[in-house]
Amino acid sequence: MKNRVIKVDTLARVEGEGAVFVRITDGKVVDTKFRIYEPPRFFEAFLRGRNFAEAPDITARICGICPVAYQMSAVHAIEDAFEITVGGQLRALRRLIYCGEWIESHVLHVYMLHAPDFLGYEDALQLAKEKPDLVKTALRMKKIGNELVRIIGGREIHPINVKVGGFYRIPRKKDLQALVDDLTWARDRAVETVRLTATFDFPDLEQDYDFVALRHPDEYPFNGGQFVSTSGLDIAIREYEFHFEERHIPHSNALHSVQKGIGAYQVGPMARFNLNFDQLTPVARQVAQQVGVVPPVKNPFKSIVVRSIETVYAYEEALRLIAEYEEPDAPSVRVDPQAGLGFGASEAPRGTLYHRYRLDDEGVIMDAKIVPPTAQNQPSIESDMRKYVTANIDMDREQLTWRVEQAIRNYDPCISCATHFVKISWE
Amino acid sequence: MTGAILLAGVGNEYRSDDGLGIFAAREIRRRNIPGVQVQEFNGEGTAMMEAWEKHNSVIIVDAISSGAAIGDVRRLDAVNEEIPADFFRYSSHAFGILEAIAMARQLHRLPETLLLYGIEGKHFDVGIGLTDAVLRSMPALLSHIEDELRQLCNHLPKAAR
Repeated sequence: MKNRVIKVDTLARVEGEGAVFVRITDGKVVDTKFRIYEPPRFFEAFLRGRNFAEAPDITARICGICPVAYQMSAVHAIEDAFEITVGGQLRALRRLIYCGEWIESHVLHVYMLHAPDFLGYEDALQLAKEKPDLVKTALRMKKIGNELVRIIGGREIHPINVKVGGFYRIPRKKDLQALVDDLTWARDRAVETVRLTATFDFPDLEQDYDFVALRHPDEYPFNGGQFVSTSGLDIAIREYEFHFEERHIPHSNALHSVQKGIGAYQVGPMARFNLNFDQLTPVARQVAQQVGVVPPVKNPFKSIVVRSIETVYAYEEALRLIAEYEEPDAPSVRVDPQAGLGFGASEAPRGTLYHRYRLDDEGVIMDAKIVPPTAQNQPSIESDMRKYVTANIDMDREQLTWRVEQAIRNYDPCISCATHFVKISWE
Repeated sequence: MTGAILLAGVGNEYRSDDGLGIFAAREIRRRNIPGVQVQEFNGEGTAMMEAWEKHNSVIIVDAISSGAAIGDVRRLDAVNEEIPADFFRYSSHAFGILEAIAMARQLHRLPETLLLYGIEGKHFDVGIGLTDAVLRSMPALLSHIEDELRQLCNHLPKAAR
């Protein structure tokens, strides 16, 4: 078949609806488009004129899967503008709630959205029918992440307890300690998940991506650090816009992010893993080495293994933070608004999330900029689609369509939700 | 809260009519119906499954996009009826309510009573506020739900009310 088009119309069931388009002419891939509609533009406008204290709750609504990431990037950026530092146990609690979100998001993606692709099932329902115990284990693993977010965030969906300067109230030590047995159980299941996913059959696709992630001197990155890249970038968060820019692309109302002078780059689990492997816990590193998935990982289909390794890390980091937790004297540091420009970035489960705010001396937001991970990965997603289809141009139509969907799911994009329900039409 | 009734409002208030489930939940909360726990959800299915585990009776309210007339109020019995695949078209998640119901059924984790209530919406883009036709139907929806909750409540043991 020399001429054909893979087209996926606007997708429903999404955080930001998307569409997929591949055109093949004379046996060559002439066009690939991965279109997403993202809400940040609306939220940037909506935030203008609002008080800084509203930002964490408002931005938490941008993504139902990663509200904590939006809250964290928002509070870091505003604290940067106000020249406030949140340290000690309050910062540790921020890492702990981030562990909860990584657990929820990664387990959901690995088992409910991505594993069925590799195991040959149509979706998680079929997986539940064939392997109910596996799905029950996954649900229990995820629930522990929900519990962490609920205890620290006040509730598991759109946490309400996060504020600029810290929290509205602090969690009790005994409530967190009550999770230790479950977290230990789940950590061991996560190690098994790494071993399971490493046995999957990975389609042949490797690219020399420029990976970009945060790097912190002492931690695997959640909050703060420097932006680093495979090509040698090492910059402060506030320098982000000197090196990266968003471009309008006609086929998408989301802005494509590119690295100036380089082009496409990749954020997310593979980027963090390749740039921060030494910061993983010994257990996470050891299982990665045992299954032979070590940096540099360049096959995006292996992201499911990397996501599983990061899940091991998230349980272990949660256990460490809880063991060291002492209830702080105050739930937040003092916040005195001042006029200024603030920058924040944190590592959402699916990649780096950058926020920038300009505030006046009363703490009113004059201007906001939000760069979500999926916009940054969009050019790499299109590049993967192009390379995969080119290499498999004679593959059976149904099989190729499925592989293209799977290639998109590698990135756990905000539309990952949608791609299981995609109806593809051929011309 | 085991045994009490869960009223689950589902949606995103920054996505126009997708916020109607949240809007309804907040209205129901103000009515302080004994024995009823009101909770808001974003539509992520596994979190809803966890919430069901603690309740015998659950009512879910969400926006509907089934192609019916805008403002139509619908009720479905999820335990005993087939749910059209496109019922909650905009529930925002890959693993949303319908998948959660199907999986809970598969794993024998459905509550005894699981009712779905909703209004056919029009706009689901980012934005704030409900469409007029949806707002006009809201009192009827709330009244149906309140009646249902009170009936379910009458079947609860006294201690749980």
